[in-house]
Amino acid sequence: MATNASGWVLSVTPQNWRRWLLTDTPDSRMQARAGRAYLGWVAFARNPLAMIGLVIIVALIAMAILAPLLTNWDALFGGNIETERLLPPGGDHWLGTDQQARDIWSRIVYGSRTTLLIIFMVTVTAAPVGIIIGTTAGYLGGWVDTALMRLTDAFLAFPKLVLALAFAAALGAGLENAILAIAITSWPPYARIARAETLTIRNTDYIAAAQMSGASGLRVLIGHIMPMCLPSLIVRVTLDMAGVILTAAGLGFLGLGVAPPQPEWGSMVSDGRNQILDQWWICTYPGIAIFIVSLGFNLMGDGLRDVLDPREQ
Amino acid sequence: MSLSALKSVGKVLLSIATTMLGLLVVTFIISRLLPADPVLAIVGDHASESTIAAARTKLGLDHPIPVQFLLYIWNVLQGDLGMSLRTSQPIMTDLANVFPATLELATWGILIGVVIGIPLGVWAAVRKDTIVDHLIRFVGLVGYSMPIFWLGIMGLLIFYAKLDWLPGPGRLDFGYEDIVTPVTGIMTIDTLIAGETDLFWNALAHLILPASLLGYYSLAYISRMTRSLMLSQLRQEYVLTARVKGVPESRIIWKHAMGNVLVPLLTVVALSYGNLLEGSVLTETVFAWHGIGLYITDSIFGQDLPAVMGGTIVVGFVYIIINTLTDLAYRFLDPRAR
Amino acid sequence: MTKPILDVEKLNIRFNTPTGINHVVRDVSFALGREKLAIVGESGSGKSQTARAILGLTPGMVSAQKLEFDGTSLLGLSNSEWRKIRGRRITMVMQDPKYSLNPVMRVGDQLMEAAARTNARSALKGRAMEMLEAVKIRDPERVFRAWPHELSGGMGQRVMIAMMLVTEPELLIADEPTSALDVTVRLQVLAILDDLVKTRDMGLIFISHDLNLVSSFCDRVLVMYAGQIMEELDAKHLNEAKHPYTRGLLACTPNLEKPVGVLPTLQRDPSWMAPVSR
Repeated sequence: MATNASGWVLSVTPQNWRRWLLTDTPDSRMQARAGRAYLGWVAFARNPLAMIGLVIIVALIAMAILAPLLTNWDALFGGNIETERLLPPGGDHWLGTDQQARDIWSRIVYGSRTTLLIIFMVTVTAAPVGIIIGTTAGYLGGWVDTALMRLTDAFLAFPKLVLALAFAAALGAGLENAILAIAITSWPPYARIARAETLTIRNTDYIAAAQMSGASGLRVLIGHIMPMCLPSLIVRVTLDMAGVILTAAGLGFLGLGVAPPQPEWGSMVSDGRNQILDQWWICTYPGIAIFIVSLGFNLMGDGLRDVLDPREQ
Repeated sequence: MSLSALKSVGKVLLSIATTMLGLLVVTFIISRLLPADPVLAIVGDHASESTIAAARTKLGLDHPIPVQFLLYIWNVLQGDLGMSLRTSQPIMTDLANVFPATLELATWGILIGVVIGIPLGVWAAVRKDTIVDHLIRFVGLVGYSMPIFWLGIMGLLIFYAKLDWLPGPGRLDFGYEDIVTPVTGIMTIDTLIAGETDLFWNALAHLILPASLLGYYSLAYISRMTRSLMLSQLRQEYVLTARVKGVPESRIIWKHAMGNVLVPLLTVVALSYGNLLEGSVLTETVFAWHGIGLYITDSIFGQDLPAVMGGTIVVGFVYIIINTLTDLAYRFLDPRAR
Repeated sequence: MTKPILDVEKLNIRFNTPTGINHVVRDVSFALGREKLAIVGESGSGKSQTARAILGLTPGMVSAQKLEFDGTSLLGLSNSEWRKIRGRRITMVMQDPKYSLNPVMRVGDQLMEAAARTNARSALKGRAMEMLEAVKIRDPERVFRAWPHELSGGMGQRVMIAMMLVTEPELLIADEPTSALDVTVRLQVLAILDDLVKTRDMGLIFISHDLNLVSSFCDRVLVMYAGQIMEELDAKHLNEAKHPYTRGLLACTPNLEKPVGVLPTLQRDPSWMAPVSR
């Protein structure tokens, strides 16, 4: 590829990009990484189910961002109680309205923001905690390792929903508490993975070299060991997302999620329960939404795992 | 029993004890340290001064936290989980009453999961990459992407409300629950003991929908794991040896490969059973099934924190026991581990 | 030779991979009588796939002008026709008994399973014990009841041999049977194999990567490279090999009697690849 400015611009064609990414002799670490990422993407894209999962997730994110563009109805407060409550799907209200004359489609669309928020907050809370505990246990070994792993096992000993329920019950209802409750039950697998990876690389020459050049334990841990754990963790996090969504929906269904009138798909299902016989739509559509998003994460997670750990095949 | 066997059992008991300890640390933190006022959480808002004072002493709230924790453990070991604010009964008694219902449901669920899930998994493995395989994997995928409470509601809507093929929520038709005296707590058994054959069939009919729901949940997981385990075994050298010997394919699958699959599969089934305990919380709510799950959720709404914690401890305990027993069975059944 | 038990003419095996067709065995031809034939080559030369094709157990696509066992063509056989041959008249011993024996079945059960192909139920244990004695296992009763992981490598391999000879096959294929064994045990196992093959008047195909090993053990040697046969010669005349690949293989094995300063590396010449018929 030409290295001067105009030459460079002219030579950026798709064929040149491919050649640059797939070269056997990369000039920089960034190039090597980009090349590997490209190969991973190609393998991932070859899997139709994984791509469907990706499309679903992208659609979810798009729905959350573009919410105001997708619907005119207010998601929090209904329209005219007399005329607009409990309308069946069709016409102006694509998916019907609920007991408080709120448009269901609109609540689903804005509910996607709640879903994304929960996923994001849980990941951002649970993953770092898991990584820190896991890498510390693996790196320091000895009684620290035993103690931390016993703690991890204790949390793993609970079925997730039950523990989340206990936390939510103690802390009270509300979105932050629900997120905390789910995060608290999500970190153990990440700690395990991080510890396993740490044990593998702890004794490599590469780490010894870093230590000998004066890097303190903390620096080695953060700078070298933690980044190595990322690939397996990313796969695990994606696969766990579906479970997080279902747990969050479960908590919402039991009334322990967001406070009304905020839309949340799980609590919407619960809202519709009493009306189920005659106004089935209030309950049905939010459930379908939960299902599709959960399916999307499962498909994408499976696809990621096939790419990053092909021996599963 | 030989010395080494005794040592194994000892190690297992130790591991149960330490994990239980960890569990109790967590529940202790939740029940004492999280709420604003732990005493009020235990005795309720309407308690009298004397009750509150008595509770303070009993819980040892005047003592430092480690002592409180020891007291806590001591109480739990004696089976004293406190009093329920809702039912005014000892929580342990409440739990003993409702636990069999959950057991009944979860057991039927796992039976369905195993009886259908294992053959499906084997079939998918043997017909890898064909349409049968993709179909079975898809059905499984749908199973663990589905919100179980929603599926339950849909099930009731379709089979009970619209089609009238199956009875509605509850373990028996409305009003009949009091006719049967609880002996084991398991409705199908108790109705037979009481000689009420009509009610027996009724109980069975009521089981169908919720048990199938849990069954679907567990077969999704079991079939996936069976498929994966079976595929991994079919790649092994001893399978080639058997083929060279001319052993028929069905025997290779069901005797040779399955023999190696059974032990890890046991762990899978146990794990699934544990998951069903979790799934039962939501299922029982949908089907008004008076088991531990419904008890816990009712307690949450009744602001009955001690009951919630009691239920959590028992569920956690059962989960630990299941996992440990599987560990033991593993060591017992695999000839290489003896 | 008198009518060969195995007659192979232009055998080809192809695999369908995402990146195209992989032609792993190309136009391989040879005949086997009641003798010990070695197939020697490095990993990937196609020797194992050839063996599997003779048993009809390769996942690849097999085509050949002729693939005959005792006059019967092995191409396109149905399952029931294979049943008469596989495990009865042709058998195979594999490399590592740690993996090739089923870890959750007792040795005796696996032996009896093989014997059941040609014996009545009542005779199974007797036959199994006979074979265990034939492979010189000193405590056959204990081994009969043992689990595979309780056996040493040499014993496990002898069990394998017993298992594969219990039906008195006419052709035995041994795929690297001694590669996983300690050197001291190797000779023992080879001696047992030699003895059994001679007394039963069988054909043996011995697959290996060790040219020196087969030179003393076998009657004839086939040298394979990249799916093709490079050279075919009598084991006695191995030193007179003409093909550069064979000479290269011979030269790069260390020899105590004729030490060289630097061991030569094997040079590969693409011109060795002959054009293939289909």
